[in-house]
Amino acid sequence: MAAQEVQPSETIAKLKSESEALKTKLEEERAKLHDVELHQVAEKVEPLGQFVMKTRRTLKGHGNKVLCMDWCKDKRRIVSSSQDGKVIVWDAFTTNKEHAVTMPCTWVMACAYAPSGCAVACGGLDNKCSVYPLSLDKNENLAAKKKSVAMHTNYLSACSFTNSDMQILTSSGDGTCALWDVESGQLLQSFHGHAADVLCLDLAPSETGNTFVSGGCDKKANVWDMRSGQCIQSFETHESDINSVRYYPSGDAFASGSDDATCRLYDLRADREVAIYSKESIIFGASSVDFSISGRLLFGGYNDYTINVWDVLKGTRVSILFGHENRVSTLRVSPDGTAFCSGSWDHTLRVWA
Amino acid sequence: MIKCVTDYNIKVKGQVHPPLTLEAVVLEMQDPKTGVKSQTQRLVITTIPHAITGEDIVEWIANRFKVGAAEARAMGTMMVAFGYIYPLQDHKRLIIKPDASLYRFQTPYFWPAQQWPVEDTDYAIYLAKRNIRKKGMLELHEQEQYNNLHKWMNHKWDFIVMQAKEQYRAGKERKKPDRVVFDCQERAYWVVHRPPIIFTQQCIMRPRVKSSVSIGALVKYSTTYKQHDPFLYPCLPSNPWLTDDVTYWQLNMQNIENPTKMRVERWTFSFGELLSDPRGRDDFRLFLKKEFSGENLAFWEACEDLKWGTAATMKEKAQQIYKTFLARGAPRWINIDGKTMEITVKGLSHPHRYVLDAAQTHIYMLMKKDSYGRYLKSPVFKETQKKALEQNAKKRRPSLSPIILRQQEEEQKAKLAASGPVDITQVMSKLFSIKKKILSPLKINLK
Repeated sequence: MAAQEVQPSETIAKLKSESEALKTKLEEERAKLHDVELHQVAEKVEPLGQFVMKTRRTLKGHGNKVLCMDWCKDKRRIVSSSQDGKVIVWDAFTTNKEHAVTMPCTWVMACAYAPSGCAVACGGLDNKCSVYPLSLDKNENLAAKKKSVAMHTNYLSACSFTNSDMQILTSSGDGTCALWDVESGQLLQSFHGHAADVLCLDLAPSETGNTFVSGGCDKKANVWDMRSGQCIQSFETHESDINSVRYYPSGDAFASGSDDATCRLYDLRADREVAIYSKESIIFGASSVDFSISGRLLFGGYNDYTINVWDVLKGTRVSILFGHENRVSTLRVSPDGTAFCSGSWDHTLRVWA
Repeated sequence: MIKCVTDYNIKVKGQVHPPLTLEAVVLEMQDPKTGVKSQTQRLVITTIPHAITGEDIVEWIANRFKVGAAEARAMGTMMVAFGYIYPLQDHKRLIIKPDASLYRFQTPYFWPAQQWPVEDTDYAIYLAKRNIRKKGMLELHEQEQYNNLHKWMNHKWDFIVMQAKEQYRAGKERKKPDRVVFDCQERAYWVVHRPPIIFTQQCIMRPRVKSSVSIGALVKYSTTYKQHDPFLYPCLPSNPWLTDDVTYWQLNMQNIENPTKMRVERWTFSFGELLSDPRGRDDFRLFLKKEFSGENLAFWEACEDLKWGTAATMKEKAQQIYKTFLARGAPRWINIDGKTMEITVKGLSHPHRYVLDAAQTHIYMLMKKDSYGRYLKSPVFKETQKKALEQNAKKRRPSLSPIILRQQEEEQKAKLAASGPVDITQVMSKLFSIKKKILSPLKINLK
C-alpha cells in the first residue's frame, strides 16, 4: 500500500464543516414535523382561576444561604443544605429540626433524600457526594457513619438517588455526570458530552424508562441513556447557563430555568422546544423550576427574590409570589403536590400552598 | 520511540533552527533529557510506563515557545486532536486538561501523517476484536458502523473475523501493562479516525412525532390529572398545610387497606400509574394470582431489583433470576419469545445491570396490553373500587338542640330537689359541668 500524505488540518476542517452541515440538516428534519404550536392547542383548554398561595411554614435555622433542598417521600419531611456547611433534616409540617450534619466543606450545593427516607446524600465544594444514614438516636453523631460515594474532579452541583437507596446520580463542575453504587463507591457509568460545568439533573419518572436530563453552563440540556452512557437528545436554545431542569410528570417533556431569565419547555417526542416562559419585566435568572402534579403549573424561583407561577399550556404567568428577602436558590414541589418548598439566600425555607 | 528521538537528534544537530512542524515538536517533547518528564503511573490496578500529565505538557510547551498557558493549552489540544498524544483516562474528549490527567505519546505507527489511508477493513477488524473481548462493549455509534461494515463487507467477513481472533490471541499473550497501553493507543487512534460524527446523523434519523401528536398528549395528561392536582382542585378533606389537619395524609398512607376513590381512579389512567403505587401493585398482584400469571409481575419486580440494586450482589441476583424464571423447567417460568430468550441467556454469561432489559420490556408490554385491561374489568378491582373511601369535605358534627338542653337541665333540677337538702354549690357545679359538656361539641363546630 502506497503511503499517502493526509494533512491533519484538512481532516479537522473537513470534519468541522461536515458537522455544521449535519446540524443544519437536523434542524430541518425537526422543523418538518412541526405542525402546531403549544399555545394554539391550549386555546381549547379551560383557563385557570385565581390563586391564593401563601407561605404556610417558614423554616429558620440555617446560618447562611440555603442552596438546595429535597422532599422525603413521606410528603412532610425535607432535607436542606447551606453555604455554612450544614445539612438539616426538618419535619416541615411541625417546623421541627430532626437531624443536623456539619459537612467538612462550605457551599453544600447539592442534597437529596433517599427513597426509603432513612438516609440523605449531600456534597459541594468537597467534590464528593456522601451518604449519611439517619438515626433516631439523638446522641449519635451522624458524621461517624458517613459514606463517601462519588468523587469528581470539581464541585458537586446536583445529586439524586435513583429508584433505590443504592444508586446515586451526580453532576459536577467537571463537566460530567456519573452513576455510582452507594455500597462500594464504584463508578457504574459516566456521562460525557457537556462542554462546561453541569449544573443540574433530573431523573425521568420511573414508568418512562432509564433516562435523565442534565443542564449546564454550555447552555445545553442533554438527555442521557443511563445504560449506555450515551447522550440521546440535546437541546441548545437557551442563551445562558441552565440552572435547573425538571421532567414534566408524564416524562414526555421537561422544563428548564436559565440565567437568561427564561424558562422553557422541551417536548421529547417532537424533539424540539415548544414554549418559552418569559416577560419583559423578568430580567433576573431563574434558578430552580418544578411542576405541579398535573403539569399544568410551573413554579420558578428567581434571582430577583420572587417566585413566578406559569400556566404551562397557555404560556402566561398566573401569579407572582413575594416573601423571600434574597435570591431563591432552590424550589421543589412536594411528592403529593399539596405544597412546594423554596429555599433562599436569606437563610430560610418557605413552604407554600 | 526512543529510536526515533535519537534519529531525530542526529538529523537536527547540523541545523540552526529545527523545523517547527507539529511532529517535530512532539519528538522534542519525548527527549529523555529535555522533553516532558514522564514516569510510570498507576491507572486503576495497572501500571502504565512513560505516562505524562496534562499540566506538564502545557508547562513544557509554554516554556519552549515562550507563550501563555492558554496558547500552550491550545497547541496541546491540537496534538491530542490529531492523535500525537492520547489521553489515558478520558479517551472520548480529545483535549489537553492542564491538571494531573494522564497522557501518552502515540507510537509513530499510529501517527496521522504516517498513514496509508485509514482502511475500513482495519476498522472492521478492530471492532470485531472488541466484540470478541466483551460482548456489548461497542458504543452506539460503533455498533452502527459495525453493522454497516458487516453489510457491505459481508463477502470478506470470514477473513475479518479470523484477523480479529488472531489479533485478540496475540494481544492476550502480551503482558497486562503492555496490553492496556496498546488498547489505549488503538482506541485513541480510532476515535480520531472514526469520530462519532455519526451521533448527529443518528439524531437526524431518530423517530420523531408530529408536534400536534406530542403536544396533544401533554395537554391530555394535564387535563386528566387536573382534579388530582391540589393546586387546582381542593384536596379533600383538606390540605394539611392549610388546616393543620393530617387526615388527608392518613387516608393516603402507602399500605392502607382501603385506598381513597381518587387514588383508585389514578390506577385507571395508565398501567405505569398502577405499578408505581405500591397499593395498586398489590391489588394487581392479587388479580394475577387468581389468573395464575403472577410470575410475570414477580419477574418484572426482580428485574427492577437487579437494575437499581447494589453492585455487589448483582451477579448473584442475575443467576437467581435465571434459575427461577428463565431456565428450562424453572419453577416460575415466564413466557417470552425465542429471540428475546436467546439474547437474554447469551447476555447472562456476562451479566450486567441491564442484561434483562429486553425480557423485562417484553413482559411489561405483555402485562400492559393484556393483563392490565382484564384487571380493570375484574372482580378484584371492582371490589377494591366498592370499598374505596370517599374523601368527604371535613365532617361537621351537629350539636344538640337548645330545646333538648333545657329539658335536660329541668330534669337535673327535679332530681336534685327530690333527693334531700340541697347544697347549692354542688348543684351549681353540677349544672356548670353539664353545660361544659354540652358546649364543647359546639366549640369544635365553630373552629
